[in-house]
Amino acid sequence: MQPARWVRWGGGRVIRTILLGMGVLSGGTAWGNSTAAAKPPLRWAADAEGGAPYIFKDPQNPDKYRGFEVDLAEQFEKELGRRIEFRQYAFRSLVPGLERGDFDFAMNGLEITPDRRKEILFSRPYYIYTLQLVARAGEKRFASLEECGKAKLLVGTLEDTAAARLLDQMTFAKKLYDSQVEPYMDLELGRIDAVLLDLPIAVYYARPNPKLKFVGPRLGEGYYAIGFRKDQRALAAQFDVALDRIFESGQLRRIYEKWGIWNEDQEKLFSGGKIADVLKESSRRWTFTVYFPLLLQGAIVTVELTFLSMLLAMAIGLPVALSRLYGPAPLRAAATLYVEFFRGIPVLLLLFLIYYSLPGIAARYDLPFTLRLPAFAAAILGFGLNYGAYEAEIYRAGIRSIPVGQWEAAASLGMSRPLCFRRIILPQAIRVILPPMTNDLVALFKDTSVVSIIAVEELTKEYQILSKSSMKYLEIGLATATLYLIMSVPLGYLSRYLEKKWGRGL
Amino acid sequence: MSHPLPVVINNVRKRFGERVVLDGMNLSVAAGETVAVIGPSGGGKSTLLRCINGLNTFDEGEIRVGSFILGPGGNHNHTAGVQQVRRLFGMIFQDFQLFPHLTALENVIEAPVHVLKQPRAEAQRRGRELLARVGLADRANAHPRELSGGQKQRVAIARAMAMDPRGLLCDEITSALDPELKSEVLTVLEALKREGLTLIVVTHEMGFARRAADRVVVLDAGRVIEDGPPSQVLEHPQMPRTQRFLSEVLS
Repeated sequence: MQPARWVRWGGGRVIRTILLGMGVLSGGTAWGNSTAAAKPPLRWAADAEGGAPYIFKDPQNPDKYRGFEVDLAEQFEKELGRRIEFRQYAFRSLVPGLERGDFDFAMNGLEITPDRRKEILFSRPYYIYTLQLVARAGEKRFASLEECGKAKLLVGTLEDTAAARLLDQMTFAKKLYDSQVEPYMDLELGRIDAVLLDLPIAVYYARPNPKLKFVGPRLGEGYYAIGFRKDQRALAAQFDVALDRIFESGQLRRIYEKWGIWNEDQEKLFSGGKIADVLKESSRRWTFTVYFPLLLQGAIVTVELTFLSMLLAMAIGLPVALSRLYGPAPLRAAATLYVEFFRGIPVLLLLFLIYYSLPGIAARYDLPFTLRLPAFAAAILGFGLNYGAYEAEIYRAGIRSIPVGQWEAAASLGMSRPLCFRRIILPQAIRVILPPMTNDLVALFKDTSVVSIIAVEELTKEYQILSKSSMKYLEIGLATATLYLIMSVPLGYLSRYLEKKWGRGL
Repeated sequence: MSHPLPVVINNVRKRFGERVVLDGMNLSVAAGETVAVIGPSGGGKSTLLRCINGLNTFDEGEIRVGSFILGPGGNHNHTAGVQQVRRLFGMIFQDFQLFPHLTALENVIEAPVHVLKQPRAEAQRRGRELLARVGLADRANAHPRELSGGQKQRVAIARAMAMDPRGLLCDEITSALDPELKSEVLTVLEALKREGLTLIVVTHEMGFARRAADRVVVLDAGRVIEDGPPSQVLEHPQMPRTQRFLSEVLS
């Protein structure tokens, strides 16, 4: 991080003079009276590093800053009658910086998110942003974000932004940057295939570049608002009132038009209630009948994932168990190695290896196939391999638990070993094997929740997405837990029932 | 019933690690003969039966069952493999070893259907017949856990008989039974003797040996130490080892 430095922001006076000259100042503000000078300046933090069009160093005069937020700050100075001092601060540290009291407010394209709202106080929004996908001018593979995702292309964006979260939710492969210049540079250089960022950024950095083009419609919608410490309600209220006036006076529109970021969306800013209402409204829209079908879809994926993985695990487990029990020495060693390896590594790591590393291996050794498994197939393969090791051990123990006398009795009746295994040993072993196998099924059922890391939208992932969108963490969490229980509790009973029924008489 | 087969054991040696179990064993059993094998535990009685059945291999000598010749290390002269000798002689175990997941009838028809490839209906008809002969016509659909020890052992006998063997090897088949259940099993065995099967019976039941055996053979330390008709071996044993064993068993 850069050393923090206080900057005397010098643009205000000039513009103030201009504005005075234009006669646009609305009446009734405290501007220019004696109290303005008496009050200490407000400290404003933002990240000016590559921060256009929000705030950035003026190329003509590196001591000064420009940007629509600089213009906005001037308006606030006038409306509030207080000086505003700018302080450079890393974007991702703005929230902790506020809490530490390093400055009075943060205005830097800060998106209103449920997470941030827990930590800081927001003013009413001053800009409705949308997201814009940008690609190289010659791009022909996709014409929308969806197509880009289907083609599994790499999308760059800023970390900890709405765009990054959207890409997460849509399970894109993404590359995260901590400044808004590099994504477009990497895009131009072909390191990434597209960039998804807030429209103001795209307007400023991508539109002027002939090698880049806008792709598809504007997406998503969110609010920039000014962040305050939670105990600064009074200050936040003053900003809200000031913002109202700046909008009504037409200044806000003028500033945005000057920076090419005005659009009709902005009309909505002051048509309705406050931002809290907007969030409440969105939360109200996530009713049970809206989110439950989505949760059910996730539950179906979970069930499919569980049973297909278990089938694969069983198909792997039996031959491995038989190899360990009766195979020739090399096969026995290979089976033991299999069990030790796949039982010994975390399934999470295994999923990563299958999903992310296999394609690389295929590419490096010029294999005639890609090994680029779809997420769902990769998940089944990962769990199948992992649980196959567990099943192999359960089967081995189950088969060994049948007394050797059973083999001998069958042999004395002229039965061959394979026949004896199939007709006499296996049917008995299955009764020993089934209860622990049902247990594994319940465990697998819940383990499948880790596949969200390779972007399979099963029940837990669906919960994460829905609860974040609606902020109904508790309600949707309980609904999700209920779905898990509805499915896993009967399995547990089945396990106990089988144990009771088949544990007898053997 | 097919004709019974003779068994000849010729100088068979068998060791488990350091321990010599069969020490140059010689024994001939004529076709249709019933031989009671007695002797102190550890004398090699069970091992002898298991070698005849091919469940254990041996190190030296030879065992002939009819024309089937078993040699050291599991070698044999039959193209159908060691399973063939097992079809000739059925084996009954001390602990029954019924298949617990199958009913009595299913236990009996399992090998006829899957080894002899008999039609299921035919095998079931024969199976019911056999169960009737061991007095269990009404227990055909019972699972082993629902049967008493004596009933289990009678099912095991029916199961062995279903393969139409030329003889039976019985390994202390009443040892796990209460006294009142022993007789029901031994009665079945005596009936099989009357049908002319070759029976080699390892037993501690001196009453049965005296009543039903044509010969009594005494095994000790892997050798036959006494061999003769029951009246001679049981009433007038020649060897001091036999005398001591008999006095211990009868007391």
